[in-house]
Amino acid sequence: MTPIAITMMIIAILTVWGGLALAMVNLKRHPEDEGALPEEHAPEL
Amino acid sequence: MSGPTSPGQAAPAKRETFSSRRLFILSAIGSAVGLGNIWRFPYIAYDNGGGAFLIPYLVALLTAGIPLLFLDYAVGHKFRGSAPLAYRRLHRAAEPLGWWQVLVCFVIAAYYAVIIAWSLMYTIFSFTEAWGDDAEGYFFGNFLAVAEAPGIGFTYVPSVFFPLLLVWVTVIIIMVAGIRKGISRANSILLPLLMVMFLLLVVQSLFLPGAAEGLNAFFTPDWAALADPSVWAAAYGHIFFSLSVGYGIMVTYSSYLKRRTDLTGSGMVVAFSNSGFEILAGIGVFAALGFMAQAAGTGVNDVVTQGIGLAFVAFPTIVSQAPFGGLMGVLFFGSLVFAGITSLISVLEVIVAAVQDKLGWGRVKASVVVSVLVAAVSLGLFPTATGLYLLDTSDAFVNSFGITLGALVTVVVLAWFLRKLPLLSAHLNRVSTIRMGRVWIVLVAGVVPLALIYMVANEFISKISTTYEGYPEWFVGLFGWGMAGALVVLALVLTAIPWSRSSKAHYDPEYDEVVKEDAQETAP
Repeated sequence: MTPIAITMMIIAILTVWGGLALAMVNLKRHPEDEGALPEEHAPEL
Repeated sequence: MSGPTSPGQAAPAKRETFSSRRLFILSAIGSAVGLGNIWRFPYIAYDNGGGAFLIPYLVALLTAGIPLLFLDYAVGHKFRGSAPLAYRRLHRAAEPLGWWQVLVCFVIAAYYAVIIAWSLMYTIFSFTEAWGDDAEGYFFGNFLAVAEAPGIGFTYVPSVFFPLLLVWVTVIIIMVAGIRKGISRANSILLPLLMVMFLLLVVQSLFLPGAAEGLNAFFTPDWAALADPSVWAAAYGHIFFSLSVGYGIMVTYSSYLKRRTDLTGSGMVVAFSNSGFEILAGIGVFAALGFMAQAAGTGVNDVVTQGIGLAFVAFPTIVSQAPFGGLMGVLFFGSLVFAGITSLISVLEVIVAAVQDKLGWGRVKASVVVSVLVAAVSLGLFPTATGLYLLDTSDAFVNSFGITLGALVTVVVLAWFLRKLPLLSAHLNRVSTIRMGRVWIVLVAGVVPLALIYMVANEFISKISTTYEGYPEWFVGLFGWGMAGALVVLALVLTAIPWSRSSKAHYDPEYDEVVKEDAQETAP
């Protein structure tokens, strides 16, 4: 592969998957507020 | 005769919910990741600047895709209903928007299942390489037995009809089982399986001779493309279709979320997972195309294609030539099947939820009736010698004048006529971790409609100036323009039909409770 193609591939992967990683870290840091959610069972269960 | 609604009336079944945020995210990713990610994105990126496309792509994602995704989330989650009910609760006049989206989903579901059926057959064909050394001739001639000219025919093709029947039986079972036992469970099995299979496919493609040439073609930036407005339009267009926004799916799915859920935080994970998968698809597809070009002794630009041509002509050719090609075929077509099914069930859920709400029907009845009806249309019209023409036409027109035009009208009505964005922004910010304030409103009311107007205008001009694909005028008129127009008329008709006495529009103590709590929270 050419250096410019490799560079763009790395930038693409870093921005998109990096964005995904950030989004997941943000979500992990704010766990679901289970206290406010009485666990209800769906009628079909 | 059913009496007027009274407190004495039996409480309706509780609205179903995703049992956790994780399952909602999985299902939303399953919906967003579809055939388009695999067979459309790689070509669009290549054709619009290669590596340089990343810039308009990310800009479109952040300024239009994600804001529109959150608009859908806010409507569905705040008003806790299927698309027609949620829009009706937002404002009486907005109900037709919901029905329009439901009808768009009807059309999409009918033909989308057909492509899954083809992929299913090609997963099996991969073992024997049934296409021999003429993948194109095999697909159009032997497999689909495509008629010479477009028309309406009832010459059924059994090799498509029966796998399509199998797809519908599978999907009906998932739909009847409901949100938790059906949709959540199907996504939590199929999505991880899709990821593993697709990763293996990408790794295998990267080891093929010529893969590096393919990646060069895909990632080498053409910076001049950034000055071309059509490249930016392509980026916005792709993002709209890729994220499954604007036609009811995300409204419906988010209506099944529990009240206190981090909407924007979850949505970011969904949006970036979808893009992450697309990048992966680009790498896998172009590595394989690089191999194909090398084997044919041509340049990558000579073999590049998208859509049906990529999946059912180029990939079979690659499968025949590559070492362990059979495995590659199973991984590729299997991925199409799984990606397709998780998207198809989300499209169907839009219709099922709407019927449940409007008629007050239970889950089982609504999902059986809806699925059988869509399946009947799908099985009746598409597995025929002329089915491919119909599929092509309905896909092109429902995308342009169903999804895109529908999204435009919805955004304009919500933002400019009903002025509901501040209300929806407040709802998003009530629980969510990533704030959507004034910038979000500006993006949804300004950038999104501008991008959509450009796209709709473009589509209108290109489709009016020449008859689509050179098909007969009556055919395009009936199944293209006629179908797209009929969706609008039918949406108004469905709005005019009164809501059943037992429907959620008339009696929904669960929603009344939500409204009361909201009022208490926002009270000074």
